[in-house]
Amino acid sequence: MPAVSKGDGMRGLAVFISDIRNCKSKEAEIKRINKELANIRSKFKGDKALDGYSKKKYVCKLLFIFLLGHDIDFGHMEAVNLLSSNKYTEKQIGYLFISVLVNSNSELIRLINNAIKNDLSSRNPTFMCLALHCIANVGSREMAEAFAGEIPRILVAGDTMDSVKQSAALCLLRLYKTSPDLVLMGEWTSRVVHLLNDQHMGVVTAAISLITCLSQKNPDEFKTCVSLAVSRLSRIVSSASTDLQDYTYYFVPAPWLSCKLLRLLQCYPPPEDGAVKGRLVECLETILNKAQEPPKSKKVQHSNAKNAILFEAIALIIHYDSEPNLLVRACNQLGQFLQHRETNLRYLALESMCTLASSEFSHEAVKTHIETVINALKTERDVSVRQRAADLLYAMCDRSNAKQIVAEMLSYLETADYSIREEMVLKVAILAEKYAVDYSWYVDTILNLIRIAGDYVSEEVWYRVIQIVINRDDVQGYAAKTVFEALQAPACHENMVKVGGYILGEFGNLIAGDPRSSPLVQFNLLHSKFHLCSVPTRALLLSAYIKFINLFPETKSTIQEVLRCDSQIRNSDVELQQRAVEYLKLSSIASTDVLATVLEEMPPFPERESSILAKLKKKKGPGAVSAGELEEGKREGGEVNGAERPGDNAAIASTPSPSADLLGLRSAAPVSAAPVSAGSLLVDVFSEAGPAASTAGVNDDGFLSCSSALSSAPPSVVSEDPAPPLPESDELLNKFVCKNNGVLFENQLLQIGIKSEYRQNLGRMYLFYGNKTSVQFVSFSTTLNVQLKPVDPLVEGGAQVQQVINIECLSDFSDAPLLNIKFRYGGALQNLSLKLPVTINKFFQPTEMSSHDFFQRWKQLSQPQQEAQKIFKANHPMDTEVLKAKLLGLGTALLDNVDPNPENFVCAGVIQTKAQQIGCLLRLEPNAQAQMYRLTLRSSKDTVAKRLCELLSEQF
Amino acid sequence: MRFMLLFSRQGKLRLQKWYTATAERDKKKMVRELMQVVLARKPKMCSFLEWRDLKIVYKRYASLYFCCAVEEQDNELITLEVIHRFVELLDKYFGSVCELDIIFNFEKAYFILDEFLMGGEIQDTSKKSVLKAIEQADLLQEVRVCDSLNWCPCAVHFSMPTTNKCERVSSVICVCLSSACLSQEDESPRSVLEEMGLA
Repeated sequence: MPAVSKGDGMRGLAVFISDIRNCKSKEAEIKRINKELANIRSKFKGDKALDGYSKKKYVCKLLFIFLLGHDIDFGHMEAVNLLSSNKYTEKQIGYLFISVLVNSNSELIRLINNAIKNDLSSRNPTFMCLALHCIANVGSREMAEAFAGEIPRILVAGDTMDSVKQSAALCLLRLYKTSPDLVLMGEWTSRVVHLLNDQHMGVVTAAISLITCLSQKNPDEFKTCVSLAVSRLSRIVSSASTDLQDYTYYFVPAPWLSCKLLRLLQCYPPPEDGAVKGRLVECLETILNKAQEPPKSKKVQHSNAKNAILFEAIALIIHYDSEPNLLVRACNQLGQFLQHRETNLRYLALESMCTLASSEFSHEAVKTHIETVINALKTERDVSVRQRAADLLYAMCDRSNAKQIVAEMLSYLETADYSIREEMVLKVAILAEKYAVDYSWYVDTILNLIRIAGDYVSEEVWYRVIQIVINRDDVQGYAAKTVFEALQAPACHENMVKVGGYILGEFGNLIAGDPRSSPLVQFNLLHSKFHLCSVPTRALLLSAYIKFINLFPETKSTIQEVLRCDSQIRNSDVELQQRAVEYLKLSSIASTDVLATVLEEMPPFPERESSILAKLKKKKGPGAVSAGELEEGKREGGEVNGAERPGDNAAIASTPSPSADLLGLRSAAPVSAAPVSAGSLLVDVFSEAGPAASTAGVNDDGFLSCSSALSSAPPSVVSEDPAPPLPESDELLNKFVCKNNGVLFENQLLQIGIKSEYRQNLGRMYLFYGNKTSVQFVSFSTTLNVQLKPVDPLVEGGAQVQQVINIECLSDFSDAPLLNIKFRYGGALQNLSLKLPVTINKFFQPTEMSSHDFFQRWKQLSQPQQEAQKIFKANHPMDTEVLKAKLLGLGTALLDNVDPNPENFVCAGVIQTKAQQIGCLLRLEPNAQAQMYRLTLRSSKDTVAKRLCELLSEQF
Repeated sequence: MRFMLLFSRQGKLRLQKWYTATAERDKKKMVRELMQVVLARKPKMCSFLEWRDLKIVYKRYASLYFCCAVEEQDNELITLEVIHRFVELLDKYFGSVCELDIIFNFEKAYFILDEFLMGGEIQDTSKKSVLKAIEQADLLQEVRVCDSLNWCPCAVHFSMPTTNKCERVSSVICVCLSSACLSQEDESPRSVLEEMGLA
């Protein structure tokens, strides 16, 4: 018997729907609807009281009309009446109408809330569920105010039916999402977590959505869910495919719940408890293993459900980013999917690999799939898949494969979909700049970019190529030559003309020796494009012409003639006219010397974050995120090298907009002030007047020259004994007092990164030795003045090896362990020693305490040797938020409302060593006026107070 | 999940469920835009796409497109199976569901969806639990319905009265013959699952 026969009773509705469907035109439909509306209105207004059934039918018709897209302005009251009917279907239709059509009519809301309240307290589970559904569907603030207190009670009450619990959990979730301030945590929270243990799988499924959302906002209060989730997951993963009965979906046990459990775990770091972690790793391994088993069904539902779990597991593995073995397995699995016949899987594999590419453990493994990804970019028929492939290529790009990837992206660009061209252009431009080893390649790439996709090349891109050419003498001649050649194409993009005008105006002299590109030829070439260009480009060209007069006096008369002609000097555009008039005057009255001073070569641009990158970040593509991270990593490296770049922080704020500003010649300035004005305009453009620092690429060049010097150096010069610690090692150490991860050391050959975590008196440190060259390091060894597991003696070019150090703090200490690294690079022995950034504060446990307790303990530690104090000048700006972050990074608890002076900071913590626990109290008093700090430390152990004081005084 | 839409190949919206507060005007605009995007896609293309700041997961069953908008971090494949489970539920309830069932019993379709998803999250994945809730509701009114109604001869689409109100009877039969059983309509009356080879 078809189930439908049971419920359906509204024949009038069926007739009406059928009438509407038979309407031949929109007008006929509207006519029919208006007739029906009039009918319903008269019924509602009529003297005869309608019975529940009719009311239900008419309300349902109104709902249908509304869902067709017509406005409904009556019937709300009748719907509200239905809510208090004791017939289930009448109530149900009433609630449906309210859910779909509720408006913030306050009178009505009060009535609705009343009806809901009655149903919630009816103890009839079906009525309660209806009411909860209505609250969740409407989810308004008024409803949250009325019910946010009641629903948690229903959720955790012992006698609530399972189905009601499910609805209550999701209802509460909806209210929490709309009005988190109204859902107060309380005694119920711990009981909600235990719903993860509920016998009823449906209750767990519903509750976990709530728990996940709550944990994201209050991770500490819901911490206990981690172990519960792991054991639940483990039970599901290890169950046979039929164990869970109705919760098995196409032979996959509880796929939805599994995904949600894995999602919940992604709100937390890896479990600290070894046993829990072991169990979880086991689960993840089982999930990866299952992917290799033959499918239990050929149906797509089976593989979708199975792979949904797999992708969620991979997301968790990536989130943890600490299990190299799992990361590599995940990468291999995704690699298989890259060639799968299901488009959906290929899409997801590409997407997921994008995040894997940014993990240092799996970056190399991802790179091995480059050919497949390039192939996907070329052959995928679906643009959204191609887009993912492009994102992945961007994410996996590094120095070793940049040329190949950029070339592929460029060739794809020729046929790429219009929707993604702009983003592709930005990505190519960024990669070309970031990984440019030789800048002629960079210039070629960008010019190609303009040639292929000129329309999609935003201003940022061509500004950037000019900045780079200006800043690098070695590429200027090449750039002039290439752009000159590019301009010879019969049709070239306006952006090419802009770049050409600028570069030839600055550096045309570098190619003027060749008769084929003599000054006049250059000028004629530029001027042949002039008439086809827009006003800003023409303005730029006029500036290029005046520069030509300076560079090549022989062109003066030709150019003056051009400037003098009516179409310039009387141009209807004010900007062009002004330029023509002023440049003409300038060229005729200024002496050669003055002209040379005014039109001197542009000074180098201050180094700053690429505006292109800022633009891509704004676009927020998934690939862009990882690019941001890479950029950050690079920046950190720069700081360690002591080569902090001045423009980094202020970068995003300003994007040069009018081309005239870039030229520094907005209006022909008074002769004497000219060079200065060029400079000050640059200040405007970049909001940063720092001296031109080295560009990102300088390192590479330095390395090139350096490497040859190294390989020729006789190896015996360097001693085999551990070198004394580098002079800057103390400074490097200080950088890690308040943080645990970052780049410890970097030179042209080697980069050492650190990731570390501490808990009580134990710590674990991952050291990453990255070979920045393309040549193998041999006999690579590291020693610590304590025991250390040996590291792989070979480090391939461009590769990274990892070393893990487990640390136990036995008693308090002042000196950091020394790390000595030796290896041979091109025959030369490299020997360097660094201080391992393990400092006593790493073993801090934060201690919260009240103001009263704090001062009581402060007084207890009043012996002179227990206190260390230092007054020092601020090295960094005195920003409260930064100070707080640093003090938290120190590992202590930052105590609010303790010090009577709110400007001051007080902290408390206990240092955990194996031998003893050492309590420490800290007080930092900033004096903003004097830019000074007074730092006081009190500790039960005098050496500790002294050491902490030393360490900390370097931090602020 | 932010919202779920059901629409036909002809671009007629059959069901819409919004899980975040959205103004009516924006809803209409989003529906229009999204339908255009999805309908333009070819059959072999992947079921996911990025649209505005959302991920769209869609699947076509016979003449109907089921389309979900989910958040950045949501799992696409499991969303695809949310759609499938919903189709199974409809199918089980209506007995080989087709687009017409959803048109004529739209309120039932909403009730089933509500039992399955709440506030955009899955309430229960068990087919039995969800249908039990719906059927319970039907039982509550069955007594009343059986008094006056009988089944359509085709025994699929909807019930109609056999007793006293003759003119009503004929009009309902007319509906039934013209639109559903003789399948003269553009919407495919075949089971959406049959199409997938799953029924």
